Amino acid sequence: MIISIASGKGGTGKTTIAVNLALALQPNHAVQFLDCDVEEPNAHFFLKPRIEESREVFTPIPEIDENLCNYCRKCAEVCAYNALAVVKGAVLVFSELCHGCGACSLLCPEKAIREVGNRIGVIESGRAGDIRFIHGWLDIGQAMSPPLIRALKKEMDPSLNVIIDVPPGTSCPVIESLKRSEFCLLVTEPTPFGRHDLELAAGAAKEMKIPCGVVINRASLGNGDGEVRDFCAREGIPVLMTIPFDRKIAEAYSRGQTIVEAFPVYRSAFLSLFENIKKLLS
Amino acid sequence: MKQIVVISGKGGTGKTVMSACFAVLARNAVLADVDVDASNLHLLLRPEIQERHIFRSGLKARIDAKKCTGCGLCLPHCRFNALYEDKEGKAVVEALSCEGCGLCYHICPEKVIEMETQIAGEWYISKTKYGPFVHARLGIAEENSGKLVTEVRKKARELAATEARDLVIMDGAPGIGCPVIASLTGTDLALIVTEPTPSGRHDMERIVGLARYFKIRVACCINKFDLNLENSEQIEKWCREQSIPVTGKIAFDAAVPESVVRGVPYVEYTSNSSVDEIRRMWSSLLELIT
Repeated sequence: MIISIASGKGGTGKTTIAVNLALALQPNHAVQFLDCDVEEPNAHFFLKPRIEESREVFTPIPEIDENLCNYCRKCAEVCAYNALAVVKGAVLVFSELCHGCGACSLLCPEKAIREVGNRIGVIESGRAGDIRFIHGWLDIGQAMSPPLIRALKKEMDPSLNVIIDVPPGTSCPVIESLKRSEFCLLVTEPTPFGRHDLELAAGAAKEMKIPCGVVINRASLGNGDGEVRDFCAREGIPVLMTIPFDRKIAEAYSRGQTIVEAFPVYRSAFLSLFENIKKLLS
Repeated sequence: MKQIVVISGKGGTGKTVMSACFAVLARNAVLADVDVDASNLHLLLRPEIQERHIFRSGLKARIDAKKCTGCGLCLPHCRFNALYEDKEGKAVVEALSCEGCGLCYHICPEKVIEMETQIAGEWYISKTKYGPFVHARLGIAEENSGKLVTEVRKKARELAATEARDLVIMDGAPGIGCPVIASLTGTDLALIVTEPTPSGRHDMERIVGLARYFKIRVACCINKFDLNLENSEQIEKWCREQSIPVTGKIAFDAAVPESVVRGVPYVEYTSNSSVDEIRRMWSSLLELIT
């Protein structure tokens, strides 16, 4: 089963829920953990994996053979991202705009373009106890994380219980992370920010036809979780777990401790969360 | 005119709460929400929308199923796995994966593929009691958040120029990718809001790296610093080593989420030592950019 943990708003507790779910499952289930937040990966602070393998990830960018190029401008015309410009006697490549689609090299009438690798980041994999752990690091200054997320997800083994920690937001990195998920857990908090972004994230899951459920974190904040529950009832999204606001949980988090470590009573709550997801899908 | 952007790397550290406080404290600023993906600042500034604009950006392929002969030529060339074969052997576009490169459009021998411009979101110019406010909403599952950020920033600068306002305050997005880069370039100061947790500290180091890459000056604010004093000290020490001024250390206060629930900027909601600290921080930030 592939379960993604998303939220729209940052800092609602995606990583916390993902990590604790993985730890609760670990004794009796084969778990693979994918941290798809390659811009700011954080799950390793809590799972403390032993990294066994590291590999660089490259995207293809064009390289022009000046001996063959006749500056016909075809490449610049076909590039949808303005990553190529032809000026007097030179073709300029703006690698940060290139999506690596291959149109320029395929369509160059002179066959003067070949593709070379442009490093965008690294993927590291290893083990945290019995959990198979994978995360990625986008290189600082690289704008586009989706190709790195795609490379990371190639390592996904759907025969295991896969838990995916999704980046915040609702745009392309989120969509890339959610692809192929069988279930999406949306983590929210009962503030206007949390609720607003929950609606966006639920919309993204709906658009992708992925069934979802909600975890209300810090449920006692503000006016309590009444309005979040109303929204979920209207949309037919089940509320699968609530965690009250507790400064002790926040302090444990600040020490790099997980909830199931600091408060073992939660282990059974995370296990029943998993069982409830399974029931919903069967 | 000066531009300040509030960023953090990690989400949920308090960017929007701080930005709203600055909106109150600044006397002559234009406000902008450059987290177009999951914007929240409007929930505190309560804008009255005056102008609404469609944001058109990006292309997606559309295949005329009646005319597709099912030759299959396009299928192996799509690098985004956005093309697949239907039961009749015709090519179909999976719109969520299409990045609009147009390769299929160029190579289709039957010319049955069209590239269509997408409506990727909306942006707004609004009035608030704190000054003009430019904000946006990216469509769900859309790309081009960086371009929409650039659009919002351009509008905010134009407004500042026409209304003779000397400052643009921007509430940024989490992460270090394309929308954050678009919000960072050319600003006078990036305030990094962090928290004393391993993630907050680590994500701050990555975002400082990004700001340095673009040669943007940074300052730091440790939010909820009293949650873990030891971590806060380490962040301060690291900032000292990096010559990054720590302009504010804000204590944890349950009144912050309450103010958000009421939809009121925190400095207007209550008065206590944390509010005083935010006021002091704002003065130091102004000193840094003048």
